[in-house]
Amino acid sequence: MATDITSIADLAPAGAEIFVLAATCVVLLADVFWGERQRWLTYTLSLLTLAGAAVITLTHGAPGRELAFSGMFVSDPMGDVLKVFTYGAVAVSFIYSRDYLTRRGLAKGEFYVLALFAMLGIMVMITAGSLLTVYLGVELLSLSLYALVAFDRDSGIAAESAMKYFVLGAIASGALLYGISMVYGVTGSLRLDEIAVGVSEVGASQLGLVFGLAFIVVGVAFKFGAVPFHMWLPDVYHGAPTPVTLFIGSAPKIASFALAIRVLAEGLGGMVGGWQDMLVVLAALSMGLGNVVAISQTNLKRMLAYSTISHVGFILLGFVAGTATGYQAAMYYTLTYVIMALGGFGMILLLSRDGFESDRLEDFKGLAKKSPWFALVMLMLMFSMAGVPPFVGFWAKIGVIGAVVDKGYTWLAGIAVFFSVIGAFYYLRVIKLMYFDEPTDVGAIEAGGSMRFVLSANGLAVLALGVFPSVLLDLCIRVLQ
Amino acid sequence: MTIVNILFYLFSAVLIGSAIGVITARNPVHAALFLVFSFFNSAVLWLLLEAEFLAIVLVLVYVGAVMVLFLFVVMMLDINLVQMRQGFTKYAPIGLVVAAIVVAEIGSVVWVKELGLTNIGDVAPLPAGYSNTKALGQLLYSDYIYPFELAAVILLVAIVAAIILTMRKRTGLKPQDIAAQVAVRAKDRVRIVKMKAEGKES
Repeated sequence: MATDITSIADLAPAGAEIFVLAATCVVLLADVFWGERQRWLTYTLSLLTLAGAAVITLTHGAPGRELAFSGMFVSDPMGDVLKVFTYGAVAVSFIYSRDYLTRRGLAKGEFYVLALFAMLGIMVMITAGSLLTVYLGVELLSLSLYALVAFDRDSGIAAESAMKYFVLGAIASGALLYGISMVYGVTGSLRLDEIAVGVSEVGASQLGLVFGLAFIVVGVAFKFGAVPFHMWLPDVYHGAPTPVTLFIGSAPKIASFALAIRVLAEGLGGMVGGWQDMLVVLAALSMGLGNVVAISQTNLKRMLAYSTISHVGFILLGFVAGTATGYQAAMYYTLTYVIMALGGFGMILLLSRDGFESDRLEDFKGLAKKSPWFALVMLMLMFSMAGVPPFVGFWAKIGVIGAVVDKGYTWLAGIAVFFSVIGAFYYLRVIKLMYFDEPTDVGAIEAGGSMRFVLSANGLAVLALGVFPSVLLDLCIRVLQ
Repeated sequence: MTIVNILFYLFSAVLIGSAIGVITARNPVHAALFLVFSFFNSAVLWLLLEAEFLAIVLVLVYVGAVMVLFLFVVMMLDINLVQMRQGFTKYAPIGLVVAAIVVAEIGSVVWVKELGLTNIGDVAPLPAGYSNTKALGQLLYSDYIYPFELAAVILLVAIVAAIILTMRKRTGLKPQDIAAQVAVRAKDRVRIVKMKAEGKES
C-alpha cells in the first residue's frame, strides 16, 4: 500500500510550496547573519520569495485536478488562483508594514519569517487533499499568527490579545479535530475525495457524520470569525501591532475560504443540507452583529474588525447557496474583500507616525485638506466596503445575494440588504470625518514612495475592478465549475 | 470474554478514573501525576492493539519528557490557588448550565441513537515477527511524507516563535562575558597601594 516517491517529478505539483519553504529558511538564516545591519536584505529576500513562488505557480499551473503525495495534496486551477492572490496580498502587506516597523524598532527579520511561514500554512490549506493536511495547514497558519500578534513584546495589550487568540484558537482546533475524528470513524478515510464517496454510501443523515459535521463547522466558523465564534476577532485586530492586523485581515481570509470549500464543499458536499442550515444562522448573525456593533466603535481597527465579521457573513451567504454559482460568488467576495482590507488597514499605516498610531476615527478628521489624494483613496475603499456602485464591493454583494435568491432564500437576502444599509452608516461616517471636519492632527504623511504608490494602486484597483467586474468574476467562474 | 477483553475494560476503567482525577484533584501536582498515570494506561491500550512502538513512545515522550517538564513548571510557579478559584463560584452557575446542555446533547446522540461507527472492524492479529516500527517508518516516509514534513515545519515555527517571544535585549541584565573573564589580568583587578606601616602611637 505504500507508494514510493521515485522521481523528482512526483514532487513537481508541490513545487511552489517546496520553494517557499526553502526560501523562507534562506531568509531565516540570512537574517541571522546579516539582518542586524542590513534589514533591507531580509525585506528584499522576502519579496523575492513571493515573486519566485508566483512565477512557479503561474508557469506550472495544473490544467485540471491533479493529486500528489498519495492524495494528500490537490493541485487545481482554483488553488493556483488563490495562491497567486495570497502571494500578492502578503507582498502588499510587507510593503505597507515596512516603514511602520522600522519607525517603532520592530523591524526584526522574524516578522517576515513568521509571515512567510503563515503563508505556507495558507498554501497548504489551499492545496489540501486530506483532512490531515487541512489540520496541519490550520495549525501552521495559527501558530505563526499567535506569535506575530505577540510580536511587540513591550505592548501589554498585544500580549493579552495573543493570549486570547491562542486559547480560543486551541479550543477551535480541538473542535475541528474532534469533528475530523468522527468523520474518519464513519467514512474510514481522511482523504477528502474518499470521504465524499463514503458520505454518499452511508447517507448524509447518518448520525455520526452529522455529529462530526457540527464540530467541523465550529472550527471553520472560528477561523472565519463568524458570529458566535467571533470573540477573538475585535480584540486581536485591536491589540495586535497594525502591520500584523493588516496581515491577519488579508491573506488568512483566503485560507478560511479554502478551508470551507475543501472541507464543506468537496469533502462533505453530500451533506450540503446539513451544513446549509448551520451556515444560514452563522451568516445572518454575522451580518447583523458585525454591522450593528461596528457603529459604536471609535477605534478604526476595531471598527474594521466588526466590519470583517459582517463581510464574513456575506462570504458565508455564497456557501449557503451550495451551488457552483454560490461558491464562485463567495470566492469573488473573498478576493475583493482581501483587496479592500489591505487598503483599509494600509491607510492606518500610511497616516501613522512615530508615537502616533492613527487608529482612532478622529485621526482621520480633515484628511481631505491634508492630503486630497489619499482621502479620495480612503473614500473609494469605504464606498467599496459599503457596497456602493461602481466600486467592486457592490458586485461582490450582488453576486452572493443573487446566489441565495436563486436558491429561494429570499428572506436571507432581505436580511443581507437590510444590514448592509445599516453598515453603510459607519463607512460614510469615515468619509464625513475626512471631508467635512476640521483636522485635529497637523502632522504630515511620512510614508515612503513605494507605499504611497502601492496604496494608490490598491485604491484604484477597487475602482477599476468595479468598472470592469467581469475580469475577476470570469476568473472565479472559470476555475470553479 | 477473552483475556484481552478483560484487560481492555480493566485498563480503560482505570484510565477513565485517573482522567477524572486529573480534573478533580485540588493539588496541581496530584493532577499532573494522575495525568502520568492515565498516559501509562493509554500505553497499555496501545500494547493490546499490538502497537508496541506507539506505546513506548507515549511513555518515553509524554511521561518521560513532557510531564516531567510540566511538573517542574507547576512546582516552580507560585500559583495562588485561592486567587484562581475566586472567579469560579461567580461563573459556576453559567458553566453548569452550559455543561448540562452539552452533556445532554452529546448523550442524546451517543446513547439514544446509533452512531454508526461500523467501518472500523476488528483488528486482525499480526503474524509473528511483524515489526510495528518498521511499518510505521515505511508509511511515514512514503504515503505520509507530506504531512510528516509539515509537522517538522510546525516545530520549526514553534522554535522561531519561542525565541522571538523570549529572547530580547533588556537593559540592566548582568550576563557573563566569558571572553572578558578569561582575558582579565591580575593588575586590572588588584591595585596595590603602598602605605607606610603604622608605628606605635606616640
